[in-house]
Amino acid sequence: MFRALAIGTLVWVAGCGAAATAQPIVVGSKSFTESYLLGEIMAQLLEARGFAVERRFGFGGTLICFQALTAGEIDVYPEYTGTISEAILKTGAPLARRELVERLAELSLTPLSELGFNNTYAMTVRSATARQLKLRTITDLVNHPELKLGLSHEFRDRADGWPALKRAYGLPQQAAGIEHGLAYQALAEGKIDLTDAYSTDGELLRYPVTVLQDDRGYFPVYRALPLARSDLPTAAAAALDELADRLDDDAMRALNARVVLGQNSFAAVAADFLAAAGLTAGPAVNESGLWPTLSRNIVAHIQLTLIALSLACLAGLTLAVLVYRSEALSRVVLYVAGLLQTIPSIALLALLIPLAGVGQKPAIIALFLYSLLPIVRNAITALITIDPLLRRVAAALGMTQWQQLRHVFFPLALPHVLAGVRIAAVVSIGTATLAAFIGAGGLGEPIVTGLALNDTSLILQGAIPAALLALATELMFEIIERWLIPAHLTAGRATL
Amino acid sequence: MTPIVEFNNIAHRFGTQQVLGGLNLALPRGETTAVVGTSGSGKSTLLGLINGLLYPSEGQMRVFGAPVPYTTLTEFRRRIGYAVQGTGLFPHLSVADNISLMARLTGWSRTATVSRVAELMDLMALEETLASRFPHELSGGQQQRAGICRAVMLKPELLLLDEPFSGVDPLTRADIHARFQELSGRAVSSAVLVTHDMAEAVALASYLVVLQEGQVAQAGRSDLVLAQPANDYVAQLMASARV
Repeated sequence: MFRALAIGTLVWVAGCGAAATAQPIVVGSKSFTESYLLGEIMAQLLEARGFAVERRFGFGGTLICFQALTAGEIDVYPEYTGTISEAILKTGAPLARRELVERLAELSLTPLSELGFNNTYAMTVRSATARQLKLRTITDLVNHPELKLGLSHEFRDRADGWPALKRAYGLPQQAAGIEHGLAYQALAEGKIDLTDAYSTDGELLRYPVTVLQDDRGYFPVYRALPLARSDLPTAAAAALDELADRLDDDAMRALNARVVLGQNSFAAVAADFLAAAGLTAGPAVNESGLWPTLSRNIVAHIQLTLIALSLACLAGLTLAVLVYRSEALSRVVLYVAGLLQTIPSIALLALLIPLAGVGQKPAIIALFLYSLLPIVRNAITALITIDPLLRRVAAALGMTQWQQLRHVFFPLALPHVLAGVRIAAVVSIGTATLAAFIGAGGLGEPIVTGLALNDTSLILQGAIPAALLALATELMFEIIERWLIPAHLTAGRATL
Repeated sequence: MTPIVEFNNIAHRFGTQQVLGGLNLALPRGETTAVVGTSGSGKSTLLGLINGLLYPSEGQMRVFGAPVPYTTLTEFRRRIGYAVQGTGLFPHLSVADNISLMARLTGWSRTATVSRVAELMDLMALEETLASRFPHELSGGQQQRAGICRAVMLKPELLLLDEPFSGVDPLTRADIHARFQELSGRAVSSAVLVTHDMAEAVALASYLVVLQEGQVAQAGRSDLVLAQPANDYVAQLMASARV
């Protein structure tokens, strides 16, 4: 275990060192198709203009992405004017371009030139349902409270989303949340009747669905633009400004459709677009293949879990040793660790962003906090259940406190302690997939992208290696246990 | 010669319950003392007071002619061997590692440690092949002999034994007794043995302390206590020794 700790620390230090030496422009994106695609277009354009680029795609939501930008974790990402006004600046009304520039300047941010299209919300129903119920406009929904609404989580909960729409039109329906990438399929299969779509979604070309007209002009305008930090190099900003008005609604929808329907990669579609627009010489796609991507994700995943687990072992065991003698203290520690466990992982990750930014750091902190409970709980339980006779003998033989711990209590507690570490490790490998939502990379990355694209094979590229990694970890612990613990002490070991 | 252990007006309470009260004892140096009495008479508590596992509620404990040093118990306890009922052998260590653990922790050389372990195992009739076994692979009698080896490993000036011979069959027990007598002649000078078995007490000890409900009913040379019991309780106990 100590060796693992040392390796973990080395990996971490090496990682930090590498990050510090290169200064690429970091391009981010949210976790839906268009955002990935625009991020990729921006990244390729910057590369074509000679900049080193790092891609940090797939942040789970506007606020996470925006936090990443203000924290300097990313330098630029595609955003929408309506979203900036409503969800970020919370102005309550759309801002004119000049106001937007001024307000963002206060945050040291700059909106670059708009790309041309307006990707606003579009309430979408199955075409068959629309015909049957004669639905043309959002107002027509008022008389159909029986319709099942499945809305993307962000739309359902933002102030300018469903709550305000419901008020504006007097809509009677209740809304359930659904992952946007899954919504079209749910709609097509009749699991839901209505969902919020984006007006440039490629899926609108794939499924037999109808967009209801926003007859009261409720939805604000969501013009896409690269939102950048003000310290983005001028040359880079100028390069991105070349994208100004290059994409109208139809063009954007067609590009999205090529990814979603044509199963083309973001990189390929972005390269074709840039070449067709005359912004780059030709489609020079330096697309990384399956194996390099996979191995990079696996390494990142192992790095995340290993560092978190090593720190949790260190802190958890120290804590257990410090408190196990006091029943009251042990209770407090177990209670707090248990409480941490009840925070939903994605919520904990989001809560950590203001404190630790985005990327690996908050992910490691979150995994560390989740790993604490099984480690501390098992260690304390093991230590307090050691035979009192052995305790008495250890003291009576004249061992110091440390010697008692090192030579008697800890070896006797080891089977339980290892079982705790094992649980923490396996759980961490699973939980670490969620870390992709805050840009930590790892095997969650293809899962998040796959969810956005509703692409099962992409999801499996993350899910299968994660499952195999968990299995390998189980196996490794099996071997470690066999190696470290005499067989007769493992007889009562709980099998998971 | 100063007594090896002195109890000066010792009382010991667990919460409100008085376990021992008004104890005045001087245990002779260079001899084996047996502490006897019915269960609940405070025998084990008395032993725990000697090596500082327990702190007296009243009175002063003197061991090796000086007050028990409660601030430096580690050093103090290394001068006192301790063997206990059920042996208390550490299940994760081999027999040899159990016996030699304290020697390794106190910086004995490897050769000195190895030869001492061999000497003690030989003395307690434990075959060499048992050295690498784990405690649970030994018979009850073998475990208890290994426990005694561990207790005397550091050549203690005083050996404390808390019913270490109970729980084995009579034949094994007789054998262990013989081994112990051999040991006390060669490796240990003073010993305090707690037992509920009067025959064992009389066979192994030259000095007897009879406890009755936390008080000393009688203390003195074994033959004297046998010949002139101080009260009916002592007389009854002594009678069981002759069976």
